[in-house]
Amino acid sequence: MKVKCPTIFLFLSPQAHIEHMKHLEAIGKYFIMVWEVFKKPTKWPIMKSLILKEIDELIYGSMGIIIFISFFIGGVVTIQTALNLNSPLLPKSLIGFATRQSVILEFAPTFTSIIMAGKVGSYITSSIGTMRVTEQIDALEVMGVNSLNYLVFPKIIATMMYPFAVAISMFVGILGGWIAAVFGGYAPSGEFIKGLQLDFDSFHVTYAFIKSVVFAFVIATVPSYHGFYMKGGALEVGKASTTSFVWTSVVIIITNYILTQLLLG
Amino acid sequence: MIEVEDVHKSFGDNHVLKGISTVFEKGKTNLIIGQSGSGKTVFLKCLLGLFEPDEGQICYNGQYYSELSNSERRDLRQEMGMVFQGSALFDSMTVEGNVMFPLDMFTKQSKSEMQDRVDFVLKRVNLVDAHKRYPSEISGGMQKRVAIARAIVMNPKYLFCDEPNSGLDPKTAILIDNLIHEITQEYDITTIINTHDMNSVMEIGEKIIFLKNGYKEWEGTNKEIFKTDNEAVTDFVYSSELFKKVRQMYIEERN
Repeated sequence: MKVKCPTIFLFLSPQAHIEHMKHLEAIGKYFIMVWEVFKKPTKWPIMKSLILKEIDELIYGSMGIIIFISFFIGGVVTIQTALNLNSPLLPKSLIGFATRQSVILEFAPTFTSIIMAGKVGSYITSSIGTMRVTEQIDALEVMGVNSLNYLVFPKIIATMMYPFAVAISMFVGILGGWIAAVFGGYAPSGEFIKGLQLDFDSFHVTYAFIKSVVFAFVIATVPSYHGFYMKGGALEVGKASTTSFVWTSVVIIITNYILTQLLLG
Repeated sequence: MIEVEDVHKSFGDNHVLKGISTVFEKGKTNLIIGQSGSGKTVFLKCLLGLFEPDEGQICYNGQYYSELSNSERRDLRQEMGMVFQGSALFDSMTVEGNVMFPLDMFTKQSKSEMQDRVDFVLKRVNLVDAHKRYPSEISGGMQKRVAIARAIVMNPKYLFCDEPNSGLDPKTAILIDNLIHEITQEYDITTIINTHDMNSVMEIGEKIIFLKNGYKEWEGTNKEIFKTDNEAVTDFVYSSELFKKVRQMYIEERN
């Protein structure tokens, strides 16, 4: 049967056409992988220990970097806002307000996710990729284990704890902002806290948590895809980790735009 | 017993297996030999069920693989043990953890029953003091033994080995060959070994299949391989000067 080519592809060179088809194939393969992850589950006692191990490695092990980055980002947002509020007519409480909005809406869920895509994503790709290179995944398949369920499902469940990390990031980010404002002399403590409470909409926190759950799923599955389907040796494991970071970041940025439009637009 | 009937396998335009038929008998050590690119690994993966043949059938003790449901295929997989070229041990687990893994996954045995079975198979492969060590902490020969222990822990009916003695010194390679051969006879398993190693061919090859360009070029025993006049087989087997001399001596003795 002759398949009609979509009009958009008629304007592409044959090489670009092949590249587009490869991307479409990869997207299809990704969704098939996600479907396979939930089929033929591993025994619960084994899965439970895998999930706990992944929570320890992926979430608990990332708390240090999340707290460190959030604290200083919160501080920098406060200083930048304060330096740009030159007019004496604008109240100092706006510094607290801007810090809260920036940290809750974007910095805690999105910026932290990009950092996590680098730290956790490259760990996931390299660990699964190494298992592929050393035939450990083939060993699982030969035994009759659903290797995708065994390897990827615990990571998905573990990263569902990510909103807790984002909540801590929000708190530490705002704390960093408060310290920068008060000890840097940009705003008195009372004014900053008044700004934090100004026009507070609890849905913004819900929005941030919804985003963080979606980003967590992306951080667990996109790097897993790049590790699971990689071919080659040690060099390719490194390349797959880099590619996975780039694609995870791209997907997070695009998803962020779509979710913002859907939830706040 | 595994019966292979006219198996073909292609990847795109690359026709890798071109109608292979043979029988691998129970309790025998079967060897697949051939040059790199001859289709040995693809054939082994077809036998393992990792690749599905494009044409032809593979029959395991009377059960055609293509006619099995997914759950029956999974059950069949649990009757197979595989020793990979690089051992493929899980590096996050200890030796004991690696061997216990299939029991933990697929049986309802108690912890003590599993421990007894693990101790037994590790003792069978002559590894008694490595239980708590990680794969990275043991030698290549020991890793191969652990891989064999993991492959036989579920009492498989079929044992597949992909170049089990590659990267090992000659003495350890012979030990591993003999271990696989002993286990095959002891537990009456159908063993299929993919190898390049001519020592293995001579020592344990109860049945040998020689593949060339995706075809089965020759089959016979390790005794028959000395006598064959098949040029492709003799070129491959006697490519080293040492084996050429051995063959020359054999021919002279025969005359």
